[in-house]
Amino acid sequence: MSGHSTFEPTNPVIKWIERRLPIFGLVHSSFVAYPTPRNLNYWWTFGGILSLMLGVQIITGVILAMHYTPHVDFAFKSVEGIVRDVNYGWLLRYLHANGASMFFIAVYIHMFRGLYYGSYKEPREVLWILGVIIYLLMMATGFMGYVLPWGQMSFWGATVITNLFSAIPYVGESIVTLLWGGYSVDNPTLNRFFSLHYLMPFMIAGVVVLHVWALHVAGQNNPAGVEVKNAEKDTVPFTPYATIKDGFAMVCFMLFYAWFVFYMPNFLNHADNYIPANPGVTPAHIVPEWYYLPFYAILRAIPNKLGGVVAMFSAIIVLAFLPWLDSAKTRSSRYRPLAKQFFWIFVLVCILLGWLGGKPAEGIYVIAARVATFYYFAHFLIVLPILSRIEKPRAVPNSIADDVLAKNGKKAMASIAVMLAVAGALFAGSVQDARAAEGGPVPPSEKWSFAGPFGKFNQPQLQRGLKIYKEVCSACHSLSYIAFRNLADQGGPGYNAAQAAAFAEEYKVKDGPNDAGDMFERNGRPADRFPSPFPNENAARSANGGAYPPDLSLMAKARSYDRGFPQFLIDLVTQFQEQGPNYVSALLQGYQDEPPKGFDLPPGSYYNTYFPGHSIKMPKPLSDGQVTYDDGSPQTVAQYSKDVTAFLMWTAEPHMEARKRLGFQVMLFLAIFAGLMYFTKKKVWANAH
Amino acid sequence: MTTSSAGHATRRDFLYVATGSVAAVGAAAAAWPLIYQMNPDASTIAAGAPIEVDLAPITDGQAIKVFWRGKPIYISNRTKKEVDDARNVQLSSLPDPQTDQQRTKDGHEKWLVVIGICTHLGCVPIAHEGSYNGFFCPCHGSVYDTSGRIRSGPAPTNLPVPPYEFVSDTKIKIG
Ligand code: FES
Repeated sequence: MSGHSTFEPTNPVIKWIERRLPIFGLVHSSFVAYPTPRNLNYWWTFGGILSLMLGVQIITGVILAMHYTPHVDFAFKSVEGIVRDVNYGWLLRYLHANGASMFFIAVYIHMFRGLYYGSYKEPREVLWILGVIIYLLMMATGFMGYVLPWGQMSFWGATVITNLFSAIPYVGESIVTLLWGGYSVDNPTLNRFFSLHYLMPFMIAGVVVLHVWALHVAGQNNPAGVEVKNAEKDTVPFTPYATIKDGFAMVCFMLFYAWFVFYMPNFLNHADNYIPANPGVTPAHIVPEWYYLPFYAILRAIPNKLGGVVAMFSAIIVLAFLPWLDSAKTRSSRYRPLAKQFFWIFVLVCILLGWLGGKPAEGIYVIAARVATFYYFAHFLIVLPILSRIEKPRAVPNSIADDVLAKNGKKAMASIAVMLAVAGALFAGSVQDARAAEGGPVPPSEKWSFAGPFGKFNQPQLQRGLKIYKEVCSACHSLSYIAFRNLADQGGPGYNAAQAAAFAEEYKVKDGPNDAGDMFERNGRPADRFPSPFPNENAARSANGGAYPPDLSLMAKARSYDRGFPQFLIDLVTQFQEQGPNYVSALLQGYQDEPPKGFDLPPGSYYNTYFPGHSIKMPKPLSDGQVTYDDGSPQTVAQYSKDVTAFLMWTAEPHMEARKRLGFQVMLFLAIFAGLMYFTKKKVWANAH
Repeated sequence: MTTSSAGHATRRDFLYVATGSVAAVGAAAAAWPLIYQMNPDASTIAAGAPIEVDLAPITDGQAIKVFWRGKPIYISNRTKKEVDDARNVQLSSLPDPQTDQQRTKDGHEKWLVVIGICTHLGCVPIAHEGSYNGFFCPCHGSVYDTSGRIRSGPAPTNLPVPPYEFVSDTKIKIG
């Protein structure tokens, strides 16, 4: 329990290297002997968790880049290829996509912790500013990463965010053209975003090194906010004390992370991003990822283009000036009764902004967003400067050791509970609102065999659904991400390889050119994908009264609807994520022969209760008795709809069973590991008290 | 710092060892998918299915190249002289002794089907070149005979014969 490095290697090899490059001494003094305040609480473990997440993102990202193609024609396909065909590709992609959200959850907790305990104050200003830089880099990285799958939200997010720069007077348009490398978001944009998305995590890692360096110069802040006076009494060495505590927190965080990766992998995603990018159609409701929502709300609150952009960036930049805006001598809000209250108000305002960012920019939402935006800035520019002058802080403990003795454990637990609940609400709330659905009644929730943590596909049902697709849907809808060989995949409809090959044989597939240079038709093979009914989109449109029958491969994940508060919080726990299947099945059963009185149905359209706007170009596709089942299942529209929907859920998420199976093993392992870490941590810390 | 009894210490040691081992198992398990993902993916494997090649257009003395699993496959319609050359060889004089009969299908001895990848370091040898008029690898000068057997140069073994069969007299299936 000594102070700084007194690293004395005994091993001759290490000695030899150490004399020439003192790297072991550096590691030893930074991560072993480094004195950490004894009274750190679990909010201080998020720095370690953030390093873990940066590592996870870099490793999974480098791997995904091995399989990804940054080209407008192949980006979406290659992402689907990763999820469907690459070994463990689904795992890697979900780890990476959800990892971004976990990274932001951790960084927000880390930042709010800094705000509460005054970790930005003298002498940690540079440390804090480096943190703000990391946060900015994270936002840029996250945004560019979200563009790469080249779905609808990717494309329109890229368009909207790059257009922010067009607000700059005189040079704005030129800057936007420069960013795009063209006259709109297109292939050059995607290519450079990929390049930068690969680069920026390493820049983050570089700034993290500076951040940690600055931390080790200034020393860690602590909940009491008093400086270390006596290293012997006030601190414990980083290893084993902080290492084991951080480790335990990391395992707990991984449990939380795994919940999403294995059971709710698309909860934080937008359904629209499972629709390939279409430069001609903007989704009805454009919202960024949940972690940008508060800033998005600020952007929209200002009724002026330049003003909105300036306000949005200022909302982040203002953080960098915080050390000088809040000049109070007492660091920790624990001893600042007023600052503490205003801190919680500020947290609530941020949550409110996040919620508003996901709401349409109209009516009361705009007014609320303006008030909240005003308060956001007022907190930094008015409240904190005034408080630091007028507030009478309570007496701080004499030393960290004193603080440890006067332990207020109960209170800490309560604040943790509050903070967790609030953070959860922020996060789930904004996410769910972010994918608001258009009007129309909410589809009824049906019972699905694949729902829940142990849900599985029902093989006979998938086989019936395939039959419906083949005999009905395939006349207009393609299924182009599915190959015949997939019918024999594990966790699918349960055919064997020979059956899949025989199924393929019944199809004619275009191939070529042959030696004479001609295209020719041949029988399907297992490696072929389901052929599309139309050669191209224009042909499909002209045959369908101008409407384009969408590809069905991802349909069950590409549609969703709002579940509303507080249902989405419950969904997070019950793992409800069947909005897509509910919608598809409801749509198939939602046709009405006669539109309600007063509804003006355009010619060539049909009335559907569940279709947004009710007027759909697809005629009623299913009727009772239309398809013959040989397994005795009822030949009704209701049954047909459910069967084909279940089949489409499989085509959208073909490795769902493997995912849940692995998920169970991982959760079990992490739970055991967390228990062991907990007891180990207790044992280690027993020495320190 | 610690003054605990010996029994206490053992229990702690056990806990440390257990936690450490579980961590090690977890790390190893996590590394597995990260490495295994580099294997050929399902679409690559599916695309490696057997192919059929029509032999009818290949004239006497002609060799064509087709691709199977990304590998060039030479299909050579050998002349009588080439077949005789290949068969009238002292086996003991070969670096990698194999008879021509072993390398062709009975009843179809004119047809030589070999993977056109030099067994030295993977270049594609040129057909009908070199002192044996079989294959000659331009990279480092390996010479193969009309049966695709290594005769001189740095390559250690004969050009491998891919799995194939005759589905009819004029059609083979490779793979
Ligand atoms: S690769 Fe053919 S001789 Fe070296």
